[in-house]
Amino acid sequence: MDLSVNLAGVRLKNPIIPASGTFGYGREFAELYNLDLLGAFSWKGTTAEPRDGNPQPRVAETAGGMLNAVGLQNPGIDAVVAREVPNIARIFHGPVIANVGGFSLEEYAENCRKLEACRQVEILEVNISCPNVHAGGKNFGCDPASAAAVTRAVRAATRKPVFMKLTPNVTDITEIARACAAEGADGLCLINTLLGMRIDLRTRRPVLANRTGGLSGPAVFPVALRMIWDVYEAVKLPIIGCGGVDSAETAAEMMLAGASAVEVGAANLRDPYACKTIIEHLPGVCERLGVTQISELTGGAHHG
Amino acid sequence: MNKSRFTLEGARPLTRDIWELTLTGDTSAITAPGQFVNVEVPGKFLRRPISVCDWDGERLTLLVKEAGEGTWELVRLPAGTELDVLSGLGNGFDLTEAAEGAVLVGGGIGAAPLYGLAKRMSTQGRRPAVILGFRSREDAFYLERFYGLESEPRVFIVTEDGNLGAKGFVTDLLRAFPETSYVLACGPTTMLRAVHALPQVTGGQFSFEARMACGFGACVGCSIPTANGLRRVCKDGPVFRKEEILWT
Repeated sequence: MDLSVNLAGVRLKNPIIPASGTFGYGREFAELYNLDLLGAFSWKGTTAEPRDGNPQPRVAETAGGMLNAVGLQNPGIDAVVAREVPNIARIFHGPVIANVGGFSLEEYAENCRKLEACRQVEILEVNISCPNVHAGGKNFGCDPASAAAVTRAVRAATRKPVFMKLTPNVTDITEIARACAAEGADGLCLINTLLGMRIDLRTRRPVLANRTGGLSGPAVFPVALRMIWDVYEAVKLPIIGCGGVDSAETAAEMMLAGASAVEVGAANLRDPYACKTIIEHLPGVCERLGVTQISELTGGAHHG
Repeated sequence: MNKSRFTLEGARPLTRDIWELTLTGDTSAITAPGQFVNVEVPGKFLRRPISVCDWDGERLTLLVKEAGEGTWELVRLPAGTELDVLSGLGNGFDLTEAAEGAVLVGGGIGAAPLYGLAKRMSTQGRRPAVILGFRSREDAFYLERFYGLESEPRVFIVTEDGNLGAKGFVTDLLRAFPETSYVLACGPTTMLRAVHALPQVTGGQFSFEARMACGFGACVGCSIPTANGLRRVCKDGPVFRKEEILWT
């Protein structure tokens, strides 16, 4: 069974990628299993400056998933390049996807430039969609012109493949996807979390100190699938699917909708071995689907 | 950390909202009192972090306070239920650092990990002093277990309404023992903060609670600011040293 997939020229031994924000910089999971079984991994969203994130509490439970309002806590790009990149080289030997955050076009571009010399970083995943931070009230991913501007800025700053990570919190995700494609994005990653909230009946106050947070987990899977389907029809770019995948079956389903590779997020937090288990089950699922190369699944539901 | 199946042997109520759960399974990852486990509750997405009250080769005792839907369901699961458990999470109390004369201070459900701690001190031939605070007589639990420890620890009880032990708070009792300078504490944040602020307390270990998602350091959902920067309650804690703690 050939599980390998191709993302804008980068070969992954299989399509499973732990999603940004659920895998840190790999340290915690390297204590549990050999990370080399992963297709790639997407590190924690990294900004120019170190960030403490939002106040507590910043996670909450909901039916079929969870809300988080971590708020991009990260040590900053310089510390990541100095401390995490060398450590990642010790614990993982495949391609790394660097999730890059930013609050201005210059910051996005500068963060990408600082990663140019990190050979193991083979894909830049540009987060224009974090619902928990506020740059002028809205994030760049909510508006086609802003999304295009970020794409243009990072495109000019790097030779590495650029995947724009899109937010589902928009009226029409395909127009954001088209805007990114027009500015030379090499691929898209979708979806980030859906904005939500919970209220504590005892205190009658929002559970999250940030009031709102991003919904993830199996609850968002059908939403992610629908958006991947629509974007696959709208643009001819490889898609990293993300949202609620918790099994080899749902990973395959997401590929049939149009994803070339699949990120696994909240499932890692519930079951630290989720990615390992999904990868182990992929050959059996492919066999049942009658394919010898998993990449044949991509977009398969659109034909016939 | 270990991920394995535990069998629920039984659950019994200790008070109106605190239950004792006995489980059997592989406890080998649990290395210190004050560590916790993250228990999958059928039908819930996130696990429930519960401090370890006591353990031996294959038995695990958890005291669970009903705090919401998940814990309500957890304590009512039938005996024989298999539960997926992440065990051996967090740092736990460090007994080697606890000075002779250290006093254990627990409030409410915070008494749970202190039982395991007192038991291990007892096994080491130490005779700990324990101060336990509850709202009222009917909220008190595990007293006979503390009294029954081999080393016959000195146990002092305080309740807010005074209908069991002294009337007041654990800080009132601590003030009554001004020679106490080192504490091992677990309880509500307000209690931890008040104990931490006592001038006589010059050192100690304080076990924190937080809303968590993963419980093993991946999501950083439970980070708190400390004197050493942001620290995860689940992985770097839940026990923090007095000098690390910042109140925000």
